[in-house]
Amino acid sequence: MDKIFAAIFTPEFLFSVIRVSTPLILGSMAALICNRGGMLHIAFEGIMLSAAFFGMLTSAVTQSVLLGILGAVAGGLLISLLLGYFNLVLNSDRTLTGIALNTFASAGTVFALYLLVQDKGTSSSLPSLVVPNIDIPLLKDIPVLGTILSGHNALTYAAFLIVFLTYLIIFRTPLGLRIRTVGENPNAAASVGINVLKIRFITLAISAVVASLAGAYMSMGYLSWFSRDMMAGRGFMSIAAQNLGAALPLPSLLASLAFGAVTALANVLQTLNMPSEIIQAMPYVATLIGLGFFGYGAQKSSQKRSKAVLEKARAAEEKA
Amino acid sequence: MEANILSMENITKVYPNGFVANKNVNFSIHEGEIHALVGENGAGKSTLMKMLFGSEKPDEGRILLHGKEVQIDNPTVAIGYGIGMVHQHFMLVPSLSVADNLVIGMEPKKGGLYDVERAEEIAREASEKYNLKVDPKARVVDLSVGLKQKVEILKALVRGAKILILDEPTAVLTPQETKELFIELKHLKTQGYTVVFISHKLHEVKELCDRVTVLRAGRTIGVESVENVSEQDISRMMVGRDVRLDIDKEKAQAKDTVLRVSHINKVNALGKQVLKDVSFQIPRGVILGIAGVEGNGQSEISEIISGMDRSFEGEVEVNGKNAREMTVRQLRENGVSHISEDRMTYGIVGDGSIAENMISDRYYKKEFQKGLLLDEKKIAGLADDLIEKFNVKCDGKDQPIRMLSGGNMQKVVAAREFTSGADLIIANQPTRGIDIGASMFLRNKLVELRDGGAAVLLISADLSEVMEVSDRLIVMSNGRISAYFEDASEVTEEDMGLYMLGLKQMEPEEIRRASC
Amino acid sequence: MNTKNIEKQFQVLRTLLAIGIAIAVAFIIICFISENPLETISEFVLGPLGSKRKIGNIITNLTPMLFVGTGVCLIFSANQTNMAVEGGFFVGAMLASVVSTCVSLPTGLHTALCLLAGGLAGAAACAIPAFLFVRYQAKPVVSSIMVNNMCLYVGLFVINHLIRDPGAGFLASWRFAETSRIEEMIPGTGIHYGILIGIAVLIGGYLYLNKSKAGYEIRTVGRNVDFARYSGIQVNKVITKAQLIGGFLAGMGGAVEVLGMYKRFQYQALTNHGFDGIMIGIMAAYNPKALPLAALFLAYIRVGADCMQRSSDVPVELANIMISVIVIMIVAERFLYKMKHKRIVAAAQKELEGKEAA
Repeated sequence: MDKIFAAIFTPEFLFSVIRVSTPLILGSMAALICNRGGMLHIAFEGIMLSAAFFGMLTSAVTQSVLLGILGAVAGGLLISLLLGYFNLVLNSDRTLTGIALNTFASAGTVFALYLLVQDKGTSSSLPSLVVPNIDIPLLKDIPVLGTILSGHNALTYAAFLIVFLTYLIIFRTPLGLRIRTVGENPNAAASVGINVLKIRFITLAISAVVASLAGAYMSMGYLSWFSRDMMAGRGFMSIAAQNLGAALPLPSLLASLAFGAVTALANVLQTLNMPSEIIQAMPYVATLIGLGFFGYGAQKSSQKRSKAVLEKARAAEEKA
Repeated sequence: MEANILSMENITKVYPNGFVANKNVNFSIHEGEIHALVGENGAGKSTLMKMLFGSEKPDEGRILLHGKEVQIDNPTVAIGYGIGMVHQHFMLVPSLSVADNLVIGMEPKKGGLYDVERAEEIAREASEKYNLKVDPKARVVDLSVGLKQKVEILKALVRGAKILILDEPTAVLTPQETKELFIELKHLKTQGYTVVFISHKLHEVKELCDRVTVLRAGRTIGVESVENVSEQDISRMMVGRDVRLDIDKEKAQAKDTVLRVSHINKVNALGKQVLKDVSFQIPRGVILGIAGVEGNGQSEISEIISGMDRSFEGEVEVNGKNAREMTVRQLRENGVSHISEDRMTYGIVGDGSIAENMISDRYYKKEFQKGLLLDEKKIAGLADDLIEKFNVKCDGKDQPIRMLSGGNMQKVVAAREFTSGADLIIANQPTRGIDIGASMFLRNKLVELRDGGAAVLLISADLSEVMEVSDRLIVMSNGRISAYFEDASEVTEEDMGLYMLGLKQMEPEEIRRASC
Repeated sequence: MNTKNIEKQFQVLRTLLAIGIAIAVAFIIICFISENPLETISEFVLGPLGSKRKIGNIITNLTPMLFVGTGVCLIFSANQTNMAVEGGFFVGAMLASVVSTCVSLPTGLHTALCLLAGGLAGAAACAIPAFLFVRYQAKPVVSSIMVNNMCLYVGLFVINHLIRDPGAGFLASWRFAETSRIEEMIPGTGIHYGILIGIAVLIGGYLYLNKSKAGYEIRTVGRNVDFARYSGIQVNKVITKAQLIGGFLAGMGGAVEVLGMYKRFQYQALTNHGFDGIMIGIMAAYNPKALPLAALFLAYIRVGADCMQRSSDVPVELANIMISVIVIMIVAERFLYKMKHKRIVAAAQKELEGKEAA
């Protein structure tokens, strides 16, 4: 036990929490944007995977990190807009289409990978690039804090920036107001002349860009290659994280960090001779517990709310 | 004579299913008046207003605004002409603040961002100017219905509405909230705004409005200055039987009691008391009708008796057993059957076949099992038999029910609910929206069931139906029984109108007769 | 022609067109990447029929699909998007392996116990999302994916710590007891008796879902939950039951697969059998009646793609790309909608004219 504590209470551990949380943070923001616009779907896994692949590929071909990221975004948008077309225009079930698109992305990337390198496992033989790590001047020299916060991948810093940007876009811009209106009451939006379909496509597109960065991070940061099915459920965990965070940026960020901490803890425990399988299952179990916990909380608060409404009405009646 | 700010001339609207909602309707309003639009359910008020607000298009007739003909193709155009509508189902976003809701679609900006302060300022200014007090920062979800309605009114006003249409605004309000609303509307009137006020409540019309237009069965019956007419006059104009139904029935033979409802009170989720000390009983061999304008507690009664709703105070007894303790299935086995007013949600499973829809209350019974499986032959036999007996027009028992017309769908529902051997049949708006042929068929069936010894509870907003099919009659108004008639055939339309519209209330002793 | 027939016709037409488009997409891809497209295509199309062994492969591929697919039909018919059949399949295989290696019983009985154990493990996997939904309204979409990953690691833990054979030379369990294995049915094909169990499960599932009162309840709840409640059906009970049985079948499929195809448990990752089941379930519109065709189609293109990969440079994932394209188009309601609508209107008008004439 002491060993565990000794391993956790180190700056390196907190550094790794941030490192492994990055895709979840980005993913949960993407899910949040969709959820706010009433377009929550389950194709994030496929969007991220496609982005990871195209990011790797574009960077290898162009030898430019920036173009690599743009490639990733294009790859993510492709899946997202397919979903939008089928769901919004052809009126198909969003969940079933999502399942199929995830399969499509999974099979498609492996297919293409094999064509490229005759290997179905990883792209490590391709000269793809990684997004650089950034040492933050001044901060990096502060003991402990410097170790935790400095030296992360540029996309990790971008993730935190995007949490703020998500807040800004969703809660502080006219577009965000319209996205939320369409999400909650499309009839109300239409009644004041808002083009509901257009807003929904915009919602999907913005969220896909954010999710794509999570994919890019996986193949151009977290690892320096693409490997098959490398998202390993992170797209779904992101949905759970924003669920737990009640579709609010800061709580969703915290939920992502919590899931990340469990994963980082698992990594630490693995080095301490604990059975690795049980440890690897931890993040998923944590997510399940989180989902149950959220459901419980939501039930309680809705009970509380209806009770409050009743009491208020009773009080008013008695007064009158 | 004052100038008409707006007039609708010779408006006719026929819906695709052939229903004539408006026929040569004339409707005009003066600038700065509060104009009441009254009529029974289905008289065509909503359709008329929808055309004014651009959500429907008239087939004939024209709309004049300030004397000029205008085309109102959609709500945005209507808003542009200064017409605002406050819907019964609020067009608000619950999680947003009041200010946000007011400015959606015309958001103030500062440096590319949404200017919340400005929005709140707009909200505050409007709130003060129109004397509609709401906190701009409050989230709509936390507001009472009355406050939500204020937000809706403000939303129309900040978009430049000069003519406000309020669709039954008081239906959801408590008496205090109603009082407040009237003060606010009168204030708007003094500022030169014009209000169209749709309502069933004649004392409200009398108290608030300047003129009143009465619609009945899709036609204009008259336009009067409110001071020149009494509530009784308006009621007489509104309420009338559009057709004489020829229901062939003997006098009812009351036997032992099947349903006993005692002292039911219910407060709904919004905190409004929707049922107030309701008691009645129905014996075998009797059709008890509940008449009333929709939304006066009838739906709640049918939900409670059929076991779909358990949050109420009071007692319901069916065949001597306490209904509250029973599941829906147990209730059905104890002799209750139920035609819901919401056919598409509760009455049928659209993707299911006609046969599947016919057996949903009895598929589990022994007679329909053959070993481990359902006895398809028996089910097919039953379905074919019912299709014939109830004269369902279809391509056969395997056709998905969603492909049938409303009337035939309802016949399938009735075929199920009327043949379960029930002692109590709850028929809630059984003929709404279906053709005359099917309606007459179902009404005669109800009488047949009564003669077979069932107790029937008929809830209907259709006055002809409820007056002529029922043996005994309850009138509901505002969640309360306002009248009880031992013999439905002796009631006049005029009396019905007075009790339905809350102008008259029987003494408690008279009403008590309903429960003994 | 009545409208019902037009709708049915269009459902079939839509499915066929979706398959046609998927095949066309596959051919186009092959033409782009293969050096010898014609040969590759012919290998893809005809390869599976090339030998007894390959025909056997189609059947062995199809066998687990019958179990999982039937389970998916049950679960999805209750309108629950519970994808834990994937994890259920895995832990089903795992627990069957445990029973096979750790318990000794006479032949036949041993197999039966393995299948039962596998089924129970699968049911347990699907029970978690079911519980979270019924109790806490947590949608099974996300929770079931978490369960899948959890099942993977729990399964691996048991295999690696309880029944791992250190002498195997690779990560695998002890050899399955001969008393528990499912024998080859037709020598030289790999086809084992599991296919018979699978067919029995399919027929049983069909009767249960389409012909029994429990199936009627499941379908009614799935189509209109309010109506089910109004009719007196206990909705939560039905939803839970459908998922438990569906999970049981998926787990049993895992058991049959390992006992019929392998000598040891040697999976190191999720096997995708659950998602195969979901794909063919959607293709069959959750009706076990149409399931064999969908399964046969998927198994056929799997083997075809496998043949193709062996003889050319086109990887086997082409099959999964095709199946996902098909599913995407099948669930698109408005795909062909305009055409359907026109036909229905035309038919209705014709009928009306007929009536007027008469």
